[in-house]
Amino acid sequence: MEKIPILRMGEFLLVTIQVDMHDRLAMTLQEDLTNRISETGARGVLIDISSLEIVDSFIGRMLGNIAAMSRVLDAQTVVVGMQPAVAITLVELGMSLQGVRTALNVDAGMEVLRESVDGPRAM
Amino acid sequence: MSRTLQNSDAARLAELITNQEAAILEDWIKEMSGATRRADLIKDADLRTQCMQFLRLLRQGAESGNLDIESAAWKPIRDLLGDISRSRAQQGFTPSETAIFVFSVKKPLFSVLRERLGTDANALASELWTATELIDSLGLYTAEIYLKTRTDIIRRQQEEMLELSTPVVKLWNGILALPIIGTLDSERTQVVMEALLEGIVKTNSKVAIIDITGVPTVDTLVAQHLLKTVTAARLMGADCIISGVRPQIAQTIVHLGINLLDVTTKATLADAFALALQRTGISLEHLSNIKTKGA
Repeated sequence: MEKIPILRMGEFLLVTIQVDMHDRLAMTLQEDLTNRISETGARGVLIDISSLEIVDSFIGRMLGNIAAMSRVLDAQTVVVGMQPAVAITLVELGMSLQGVRTALNVDAGMEVLRESVDGPRAM
Repeated sequence: MSRTLQNSDAARLAELITNQEAAILEDWIKEMSGATRRADLIKDADLRTQCMQFLRLLRQGAESGNLDIESAAWKPIRDLLGDISRSRAQQGFTPSETAIFVFSVKKPLFSVLRERLGTDANALASELWTATELIDSLGLYTAEIYLKTRTDIIRRQQEEMLELSTPVVKLWNGILALPIIGTLDSERTQVVMEALLEGIVKTNSKVAIIDITGVPTVDTLVAQHLLKTVTAARLMGADCIISGVRPQIAQTIVHLGINLLDVTTKATLADAFALALQRTGISLEHLSNIKTKGA
């Protein structure tokens, strides 16, 4: 069965979605990710969706759910690299993903995670 | 009116034009040199050439015996009229001035007809009717082409305006500005939104400033579009600041009950820029301050 790999980077988990999400894959990811967070005690989750070109309301809701679940498990979630078309679609669907942190790219996302875990770093 | 009668009318018309071409031309130009003549927009020589061509092609058309101007025999004259009205639409003639070019040929043509058929009332009436119908349809065709050309010009300008009006400006590394000028409608907001989001990706910007100093009115729809843009930018990981909200617009927004609480607003583009610099971790200082510190 298809699976989305979850990579561990120190105290963070890294998920890059490189295939078109279908509902079952999304459910699997949600389950795998929550398990991994509790296994590893990760402090942050970074989800890279830069190659995701199609979203529907289910995927949007799933992103929100994952963020909420991670927060319950004491891990911050950052969604990075959303394409303009995807952002417009989500907004038109009325999903503003309140409570999900976002960043432009993986670099900026890691920065956000580190800040939220360690407090702001000196520039 | 029978077909053969029409054909004979057309043939007589063609013959008349052949014989009396010079006279018709002189009368026609004299007719046009009255109130409708625009000496500032077209030269005498050009006008004369156009008139001569028109008469020659009208004769050719009439010689075919077919009075339907949509038919192949009338194609040359349709092309000529098309060219004339297109060029006049661009030169700035009014619609009536353009149409009168064709309609003013009636008077000289009819006076020639009257001279020729003065005694035969029946033939004159039928000939006049044929000629009127013909000139009218040619005149209407001219007006139609004129209108079409104008519509094309307007459409092209609209498209150009749409492209021109959405410049995404890079103010600093990681800071974009989008000055919006003019009324926002849904189509334009879509273009603006896409341009801004593409710009954010391309320049890797963390902060985007939407400046609405040049937007005359904001209604619920426009406010909703702005909020959507801000949310979409946030989803991509960029912050949006709205600047240049005018007092009237602030009043409208509050009266309409639009919630802009989640959006950062600043009075001027300069204020917004200062905030953006702060958010990206940059501070500006006057040179003299740095020097005194150094000393």
